[in-house]
Amino acid sequence: MRRTMLFIPGNNPNLIVNGGLLGSDSLIFDLEDAVSPDEKDAARELVKNALTALDFGKCERIVRINGLDTPYWEEDLRAILPLRPDAIMPPKVSGAAYIQTLDRALAALEEELDLPQGQTRILALLETALGVENAYHIATASPRMLGLFLGAEDLTADLRCRRTKESQEILYARGRLVCAARAAGIEVYDTPFTDVRDLEGLEADAAFAKGLGFSGKACISPAHVAVVNRVFSPSKADIDYAKDVFEAIAEAKRQGKGAISLRGKMIDAPIVQRARMVLEDAAEIEGVEFHE
Amino acid sequence: MSKLCQNLRQAIQGAGLRDGMTISFHHHLRNGDYVLNMVLQEAAQMGIRDLTVNASSLFDCHRPLIGHIQNEVVTGIITDYAAAGIGRAISEGVLKKPVTFLTHGTRPSNILNGTDHIDIAFLAAPTSDCEGNCSGKYGPSACGSLGYAFADAQRADKVVIISDNLVEYPLCDPSITEDLVDFVVQVDAIGNPAGIVSGTTQMPKDPIALKIAGYAAQAIYASGLLKEGFSFQTGAGGASLAVADSMKRIMLSEKIHGSYALGGITGYMVDMLEAGCFRAIQDVQCFDLEAVRSIRENPGHVEITAAQYASPTAKSNAASHLDVVVLGATQIDTEFNINVHTDSNNLIMGGSGGHTDVAAGAKLTVIVAPLSRARMSIVVDRVFTVSTPGSDVDLLVTQYGIAVNPRRPELKAALKDARLPVADIRELQRTAAALNGPAKPFRPAKERVVAQVFGRNNQLQDLIYGV
Repeated sequence: MRRTMLFIPGNNPNLIVNGGLLGSDSLIFDLEDAVSPDEKDAARELVKNALTALDFGKCERIVRINGLDTPYWEEDLRAILPLRPDAIMPPKVSGAAYIQTLDRALAALEEELDLPQGQTRILALLETALGVENAYHIATASPRMLGLFLGAEDLTADLRCRRTKESQEILYARGRLVCAARAAGIEVYDTPFTDVRDLEGLEADAAFAKGLGFSGKACISPAHVAVVNRVFSPSKADIDYAKDVFEAIAEAKRQGKGAISLRGKMIDAPIVQRARMVLEDAAEIEGVEFHE
Repeated sequence: MSKLCQNLRQAIQGAGLRDGMTISFHHHLRNGDYVLNMVLQEAAQMGIRDLTVNASSLFDCHRPLIGHIQNEVVTGIITDYAAAGIGRAISEGVLKKPVTFLTHGTRPSNILNGTDHIDIAFLAAPTSDCEGNCSGKYGPSACGSLGYAFADAQRADKVVIISDNLVEYPLCDPSITEDLVDFVVQVDAIGNPAGIVSGTTQMPKDPIALKIAGYAAQAIYASGLLKEGFSFQTGAGGASLAVADSMKRIMLSEKIHGSYALGGITGYMVDMLEAGCFRAIQDVQCFDLEAVRSIRENPGHVEITAAQYASPTAKSNAASHLDVVVLGATQIDTEFNINVHTDSNNLIMGGSGGHTDVAAGAKLTVIVAPLSRARMSIVVDRVFTVSTPGSDVDLLVTQYGIAVNPRRPELKAALKDARLPVADIRELQRTAAALNGPAKPFRPAKERVVAQVFGRNNQLQDLIYGV
């Protein structure tokens, strides 16, 4: 489950040390934009030591490496891969060839470091017009692909439009990424909301993204984590309905009925599947096992 | 005879200051105070020696005091708090006689019952008339409440009011009244407004402070005390303010109307009063300009004396009716004893202030602190100084979990029911050690006592040794 993915600047020891306490499902240790060129080495070293020494609890550990067009990314991988991060996030992914280059580098390093082949997953950050247009090809470029991740700040610069809180300018990109990821059978994550103080705006933006089909949303501030977690968690009404679905199925079995209806509506396979997902998510949040 | 003196020296001479006397000061002008320094400078120039300074707190603006100690103008100190600049000099042994540390409650208690005699009280007043009716609510150096000055005014043999804003007689709405005052003197400035009160009180952005605050507020809610008629005190530090913010959200969403907020008051508590979270504020000291404005304008925001705030020998006091207090700590040990007097090198850098008093009075005492500061664990085997005894502390809230004093099993059960991350205090200590690495053992030297810390019962509670 990745309702929230919190960016942690790779050169901020205080935030790194406390990363596991901030409530986010995933942490993205950033070696790219948050770190100036003269601090790249220090940040890489800090993140490496943090991943070695610190316990981040249930938080997933993702590292955003520097882009393949920079002199840093190979060193980033060499430092980070032995620590078995849950995923690598490459930035500004433009097409399938980008992912394939990364895939080959990961495979070579996995062999060299005696790591299981293919274990390193990729969460691709799409933040250019070309990347958005190539979304499906990117999503299917490697079996390592875990998900697509929308980066709206760079994208709007590339689109030559103004980034607004209303986000109409990224509607197409959002829809395109969701569709491409789902078609490829992988996950898809929304861009962060950048106004740290506007929690109401954040909630509306997160709810909209959830409505489009995103699996979760990135956060650039720990203050956003609770709101985004809430939005991407099943509501009590969702959980009650899902329980009723399974209750209705059980009741129909007891009565030997074939067709099942709940609240005047037929229960079909997609409804059951959705109910199962809701209850699985709820169980994961509660830290319990899900049994149908 | 007019009380109004030509200058400070005339007032000092009129009050009859001589060698060996005890003179007193309040700390409402905080780190902007000029009055303590100007009185001691005048006394030194007059050749007076061997004074005891009884001040409700000492700040770093009072550093000239160290020179007066070295010259033996001052040979004794009684106080509730000494900031690091003064504290370090004391720890290094500048004063021959140990400092007496009291609390904001025991100081007025001792003054009023005659245990600590004051010969002359020199009381800074932001506004006064020529007869000594004075107030902290008005004037260029306004500080709001004058709560810590009342006991001094009531029991000192002589009372000198020092003001930079003399107004026509009579001053309406005075705090201290003319019947208690012997002399009034006007000076150019009693303090630097920038050091007296801060302009605004900033809510912290640090996510860890906010997380700790969130846990603290949830723990208070889970305790069952946060209900209609709730009373509350919190400090002015970032974590405390963040707790207040979390409490405010809960109180507004649950439509809980509290009775009163107590203590040193910030604009944030004023916001809560104005939002209907509380019916009243009982204010012994204002921390910022918003609090000063409110105490001047809002009849629900009342000035109280230090004795009324927390004196253990008063017929009753506001601290003893408190439901919840949220406090900080420099160290806490596995017995829940709190140190707010000394730092990790055992240098004096604070004092109880009202910590000990409100911890004793409140039904629930919550300590909020990050588990480590500068890679030093907040939880230690034994605090260097017992400022507040562990028997008066209920909860330690850190970002890694909440430790409940074993004396409160029902509270522990309530927190667990609320699914809060309850942890044993030793477990928190181990977590800190794992994060920070083992600390180099440090045992304070025990050769020379530089301060005596007295508890709520006015018994010696602990000793602070020199470094």
